Amino acid sequence: MPKIRWSKVAVFLLCLGPFLWLGWRFWNQDLSANPTEFIQHFTGDWAIRLIVVTLAVTPLRKLLHLPALIRFRRMIGLFAFFYASLHFLTYLWLDKLFDFQEILKDIPKRPFITAGFTALVLMIPLALTSTAGWIRRLGGRRWQLLHRLIYGTAVAAVVHYYWLVKSDIRLPLLYGTLVALLLAYRVGAWLIARRARATPRPSGKRIEPAIS
Amino acid sequence: MLIKKPEDIRYSEVTPKSIYWNRRKFLAGIPAAFLAGRELLSPSARAWAGTKLNNLVKSPFSTTETQNTYNDVTHYNNFYEFGTQKDQPAKYAQNFKTDPWTVSVEGEVAKPRKFSMDEILKLAPIEERIYRHRCVEAWSIVVPWAGYSLSALLKQVEPTSKAKYVAFESYWDLKQMPMARPEQAGIKFPYVEGLRLDEAMHPLALLSVGMYGETLPPQDGAPVRMVVPWKYGFKSIKSIVKIKLVASEPSTTWKMSVPEWYGFYSNVNPNVNPVRWNQKMERRLPSFFQNHPTQIFNGYGDQVASLYAGMDLKKLY
Repeated sequence: MPKIRWSKVAVFLLCLGPFLWLGWRFWNQDLSANPTEFIQHFTGDWAIRLIVVTLAVTPLRKLLHLPALIRFRRMIGLFAFFYASLHFLTYLWLDKLFDFQEILKDIPKRPFITAGFTALVLMIPLALTSTAGWIRRLGGRRWQLLHRLIYGTAVAAVVHYYWLVKSDIRLPLLYGTLVALLLAYRVGAWLIARRARATPRPSGKRIEPAIS
Repeated sequence: MLIKKPEDIRYSEVTPKSIYWNRRKFLAGIPAAFLAGRELLSPSARAWAGTKLNNLVKSPFSTTETQNTYNDVTHYNNFYEFGTQKDQPAKYAQNFKTDPWTVSVEGEVAKPRKFSMDEILKLAPIEERIYRHRCVEAWSIVVPWAGYSLSALLKQVEPTSKAKYVAFESYWDLKQMPMARPEQAGIKFPYVEGLRLDEAMHPLALLSVGMYGETLPPQDGAPVRMVVPWKYGFKSIKSIVKIKLVASEPSTTWKMSVPEWYGFYSNVNPNVNPVRWNQKMERRLPSFFQNHPTQIFNGYGDQVASLYAGMDLKKLY
């Protein structure tokens, strides 16, 4: 048990590390000549990285036979939401000075902002229902279904990144490839599980779907 | 041509003294000491400390707005030949060889010829011009450039009546610029830009050889570049090797890349908002906030608006 607790503390600190690093650079006024852009890129980068890590938890559990990794998924997902929220806050505050009239025009007008906003909004119900109480209230199956919204977030985040870069598409393509692989894994796992269900085993035991 | 004084700036546009002094204090602190120490240790990092330009002539075109620091201006910019991130040119352009250097001026001209850097430096008195510089990414800075009007160079070659546009080309050499590949940067090389001849002949269009009283550092387009202060920054082409006078509108790099986002003219204009850019407001660096209303022609409308009389600037953006 203590081992699990300490590993959770370690993952927590790892996820918080970028935020502390940003705070340190802010304190030292070391955020380049354009601090807002620096913070925006930094929080956006960490949001999309952690979204990818969250999506990688299930495949890694299965492929590496490390079921215990599931303990970290909620925390990593919540940190992804944390960085995405900071990212959105820099837009609301530093770019738009909370001029909501302007913001409401901007979000639908600029496709890259529409996509980024979609990615964030899809995460809100996941963050709210991330507690054990909500899993119980919704029931495992329904909770799992709801939390597949993260696939939408991942796709929208990649599209947001791809649409916003001026010409150097290497990083959006990298994240796009990773998300495509992680989603393809789920499709593959689902197909395998379906085939297994279609041909009942002599024992009659039901095989649990490999997706979650 | 009637030359008017630049519009006066409002007090709200000036960076508050406290912020200004805070930055100074910081710059004088530990990070600056660290940078200075590193510079002493590494001779290549000293290359950007340019040669002093003496006897700069003051210009009536200069703004009195607060200038950005040398460190900010030279460590935050785009020069895709040296990487697509804003901190990369300062790192990767340090060994850029700019001597010897020639600029070929050719095309629809009576006297095409090549100019050496020595000739360019002596062609006309070098002025200090403190210009606002507005990036298409909605941030702006104030930079003291050194140079003279491009017209002084163009007059030397005597453009013919067929010359209607000026096409510029940057230096491109994969040995010196290993990142300047289309598959990495996503744009074509060499970088090309263009102006209509009357824009190029406008006295504000500056052929720049220096900044902050020194020759240009490599990451800012050494040894010679354009500065067109009423247009978005990407129009101000760096490290020029060729200037060609032509009869029709030349191709320009960013327009070729994404024509919906960038036009040939690319005049600073708060009323023209292609889908990627919201140009209504800008951020005067190093401020955090986008709280500075964008001015049409970047505040140089009194001087240049007449160039575009009768043109629909929303269509010809």
